[in-house]
Amino acid sequence: MKNENLYNYLLGIADNSLILGQRMGELCGHGPSLETDIACTNISLDLFGQVRSYFQYAGKIVGDGRTEDDIAMLRKERDYKNVLLVEQPNTNFAFTIGRQFLFDVYHLIFLAELQKSNDLTLSAIANKCIKEVSYHVRFSSDWVKRLGDGTEESKAKMQEAIDALWTYTDELFHQTEADVAMVAKGIGVDVTKLKEDYYLRVGELLKEATLHVPESKWFQKGGKEGIHTEHLGYLLSDLQYMQRTYPNMEW
Amino acid sequence: MGTKNWPLWEIFVRSKNGLEHRHCGSLHAADSDMALENARDVYTRRNEGVSIWVVESKHITASNPENNGELFEPAQDKVYRHPTFYDLPDEVKHM
Repeated sequence: MKNENLYNYLLGIADNSLILGQRMGELCGHGPSLETDIACTNISLDLFGQVRSYFQYAGKIVGDGRTEDDIAMLRKERDYKNVLLVEQPNTNFAFTIGRQFLFDVYHLIFLAELQKSNDLTLSAIANKCIKEVSYHVRFSSDWVKRLGDGTEESKAKMQEAIDALWTYTDELFHQTEADVAMVAKGIGVDVTKLKEDYYLRVGELLKEATLHVPESKWFQKGGKEGIHTEHLGYLLSDLQYMQRTYPNMEW
Repeated sequence: MGTKNWPLWEIFVRSKNGLEHRHCGSLHAADSDMALENARDVYTRRNEGVSIWVVESKHITASNPENNGELFEPAQDKVYRHPTFYDLPDEVKHM
């Protein structure tokens, strides 16, 4: 394949937004209130918009006729390169917010670095996405604080969600083969260097939310290499249903 | 989590600079910060605004429809109160 490393690198970034966007989209019509329902699906639409930019570019650099839709809809589970964090289910609203917050903080500092990429298309995409993601961070951080520093019940649920999702945070800073190759070319972001800043920001916010930072040092990994938790298969069967059932369907 | 305990807020959006804020609807929120964020998501996601005001609905004093006769009808037959007898220059907008 032409430009294989760059292609895989783009998918590594975009799949996070695609899968998280699908998870937030699941709340359409099911959000805890009309207002939060719309907020969550707005975030979903922001993320899908970002995915389109990345996949259009990925289709172009491969140059074999595959489209953004093919890339989004027609891969098998093992070919998705998203981190495990974003595929975790909407167990309850605290999990939805916890997952969003733990990803948003990473997403923002990642995009800030991606803006400096010497690939002009990538830096332009990052430049556009960072405004949306700044709002996502604000939204999810506010909710972590509200629930953490809220009632006894909301605090317990928020802490439970952070504790459960914590094990998926370290993977954000793992490098794939494509990462290493793109960092060497000045195109990609060295995610290993973002780790310290990430845990500092997350820790400060959790403290403000009167929550404690989990102490567990054991972390899950595998998503970036296509080894996923059991949740992704179900998510993909929803996401891909139309294209699998009615191939090449358009509307 | 229900919203039954969240107060109601009235939302005013200014569609562009130079125009006034207009009432566009209401929503529920726990406090003014949340009301602003909710208003951003509910009322400006299609690029409708550049500024938002929120005010808790209980702070609005409304006229009573029963008093409409005495309040508003006297104005109906006083055409001379409308400034329609002046020529406005084209440059003056939004009058």
